Amino acid sequence: MRVRNFFAAIVLSAGAAGACAQEVGKTAPAFDLPGSSKAVRLADLKGRVVYVDFWASWCAPCKQSFPWMNEMQAKYGPRGLSIVGVTVDKKREDAEKFLASTPAKFLVGFDTTGKVAETYKPAGMPTSFLIGADGKVRAVHVGFRDKDKADLEREIEAALTAAGRK
Amino acid sequence: MKRLLLIAGVLLIAGCSTVQPWQKGNLAKPAMAFDYDPLQTRFEDHTYFSKEGASGGAGVGGGGCGCN
Repeated sequence: MRVRNFFAAIVLSAGAAGACAQEVGKTAPAFDLPGSSKAVRLADLKGRVVYVDFWASWCAPCKQSFPWMNEMQAKYGPRGLSIVGVTVDKKREDAEKFLASTPAKFLVGFDTTGKVAETYKPAGMPTSFLIGADGKVRAVHVGFRDKDKADLEREIEAALTAAGRK
Repeated sequence: MKRLLLIAGVLLIAGCSTVQPWQKGNLAKPAMAFDYDPLQTRFEDHTYFSKEGASGGAGVGGGGCGCN
């Protein structure tokens, strides 16, 4: 009996460890990552709506999402949106090579150690977290398809409106 | 005996690890794919299915009209 309890405890704790991703309504964990030119910190973007997107050079839908994110940054940047692309590539060169062919006109942070991914626990690649001006996660979106664009844009709009940025 | 089972069990559980979505860089490499070339695979699958259609091909069932 004791043995069985012991195994149950191990299995349960393993399950619990995997199940605590970032949830809507919670305060987004801070991060401080090396960027293309200077460090990318969530704290520096306080008061802005932040769209954190986890991507990797080996992820095909991520590549598709870049032109859209460029467009969103250009369209909503002046109203207070900051897009942060966090790459989970273990080698920075891989991400740089990807960026050379797929330009990013938004902030890019290099999470080569995977520490930030560990705190946000993206459920797939790519996964985006929309953080409101109050620093709380407003929406989480896994994957990227053309048909998701309208919904994602609506979420961004709503977040900006909620922040009083017309 | 019980202790031996316990040790074996712990070792087995420790042997399993979950690859998180952001750690799949190596798994995404072309060398890790089951198929070398997707087009070639489709071609071979089509031939196989046409030949083995009577017994269900690569799926289940069968009954075979042979009309692939």
